[in-house]
Amino acid sequence: MSNTTAAAPAAVAESPKTVNAARRSGLPPGEKSLVASPGTWFVWAGIAAFFIFLFGIVLSVLVDSLGKPWFNTWLPENFTTSWYQQAWTRFNLTHIMGVTLLVAFTVIIVSVIIGVPASYVLARTSFPGKNLVLVLFLLPILIPPITFGIPLATVMYNFGLGRTVLAVILVNLVPSVPFVIITMTPFIEQINPAIENAARMCGANTRRIFTRILGPLLVPGILAASILVLVRTVGMFDLTFLVSGPNSDTLVVAIYRAMTAAGGGESRQLISAMGVLYTALMLIILIIALRFINPTQLVAQVKEARED
Amino acid sequence: MTATTVTSSRSKSSASLSHRLAERGVSARLLLLAPAVVFGVALFVYPFLYGLGLTFQPLPATQDTFGGGLFANYLAFFRDSFTFDSVWITMRLALPVALFNVLISIPIAFKLRNKFRGKRNLQALLVLPITLGTVLTAQGLLIFAGRQGWLNRFLIEIGLIDQPLQLVNNYWGVVFSLVISGFPFAYLLISSYLSGIDPSLEAAAKTLGANWKQRFLRITLPLLAPGLATTFILTFVLAFSVFPSARLVGDATGETRVLALMAYRSFAEQLDYAMASTIAIMMGVVELIVIAIVFLGRSFLYKGSTGGKG
Repeated sequence: MSNTTAAAPAAVAESPKTVNAARRSGLPPGEKSLVASPGTWFVWAGIAAFFIFLFGIVLSVLVDSLGKPWFNTWLPENFTTSWYQQAWTRFNLTHIMGVTLLVAFTVIIVSVIIGVPASYVLARTSFPGKNLVLVLFLLPILIPPITFGIPLATVMYNFGLGRTVLAVILVNLVPSVPFVIITMTPFIEQINPAIENAARMCGANTRRIFTRILGPLLVPGILAASILVLVRTVGMFDLTFLVSGPNSDTLVVAIYRAMTAAGGGESRQLISAMGVLYTALMLIILIIALRFINPTQLVAQVKEARED
Repeated sequence: MTATTVTSSRSKSSASLSHRLAERGVSARLLLLAPAVVFGVALFVYPFLYGLGLTFQPLPATQDTFGGGLFANYLAFFRDSFTFDSVWITMRLALPVALFNVLISIPIAFKLRNKFRGKRNLQALLVLPITLGTVLTAQGLLIFAGRQGWLNRFLIEIGLIDQPLQLVNNYWGVVFSLVISGFPFAYLLISSYLSGIDPSLEAAAKTLGANWKQRFLRITLPLLAPGLATTFILTFVLAFSVFPSARLVGDATGETRVLALMAYRSFAEQLDYAMASTIAIMMGVVELIVIAIVFLGRSFLYKGSTGGKG
């Protein structure tokens, strides 16, 4: 953290922004005040506090999962990896990981296939009842998962789908499809319709436009949306929890069940080990994701502050 | 493909009608929307209406206790203080957390707006909590901020406190977990709204001699306000539907007995699907009321382009 703080002024000093910064603080161009303003201190203190909590949380789970035993000392007495082996066999994590990935990738594929054409229509045309359709897609995102999850789970159990992987996939699609639509619509809006019109004039039909024109242009958007859906689905607790059973638990639900198991629950280190595996899985996804997308780009087009 | 064939076959029979419809936007293109709409109706609208129907079929036990015939579940919701109190419990948790997340994100987003070395890494780190998920955050908080945890240990070592602070298994535990998951989200949203504001507007104000306070209050804040309202709503939604952390790091029978927990309890523990649906739907209603109020306030704010997308 302090690394970045120290690096920041140095970076500014080299960029043309220096002129700006210097003018603001009343110094001649090319010089920069060495003492940071109270606002800067406040911001960095806030960020530091946040990261202390964040890293404290992550590290303490990591240390806990490796420690044996750890009660009232700074660090555990010995380190071991046996918790991971125990957790893996005890909770049958091979199966749980398989279910988690199966659910996540099925949800991504289905929601992209359903969502992208719909967002194309929403981005390009206006038609009577468009607002109604928009509300239909906004509601599953705005309403708390429990609100529609409980009626949905009741319906699932009525259809005999309760505790199956299919039910887990279906309930996860409910927020994912609208999510893809909402994130993809701005992406499609920013593609110049003249390109499509030109293709149409050259005789391309809708399918060709989708495969030859829009498809390639939309790949970054689809990747971004898919990764977000992946993160959401792997992390989705509420909906999955309502319909899943012992054979269809995803990793989060399995951890929750282990934490709340009756009779004192499982030993804490086993849960920490599972938690570390979960974070590792998510981190891998995230690292892949950040190679493709800029986090702030997900909401709107980013325009870097212009260098005037 | 289908789109073009359908249009051409129809245009033979009633060219003018389909043409007129197409002018209003009703063309075969809309078929692309069909799968999503069918899906939304089947998996969202139908279960929702089904649940709504269920709320009017109370169990005999509920009817005996609260009376009211078909509306027994709703009577139970409002009269049973054990249930109704959780509305306030949820609000007391969600409103301050959402407000805090938005307010703390504004200066940080402002400060980190400019380019500096390591900005991308810092933003990547800020996304990290999203990967932690509620369950792991809960586990981490229990260990880190627990009585034996590093936080209390450190505070005792430096002599700030004598007794370990009770930071988990109560209201504050849930607040911490909500801030950790909600703040990065609010920050990312606000900084993207901020980057959508054309910097030349501020530059113009600067050439006219406005100081930073005037620039912030007269230019940036009014343009940012709608985005702030949206961010508030989204973080509020996240905090309002808190469920696993209310159980894991909260005090599930007292201070953090939120609506989601009550609904789940009826659903899975008491198997009273009618009451569970009632609580779930009332939860949605309460949330929508808050959202409606914020949107109403937002409608008085500036609407239109922020000049950034041009």
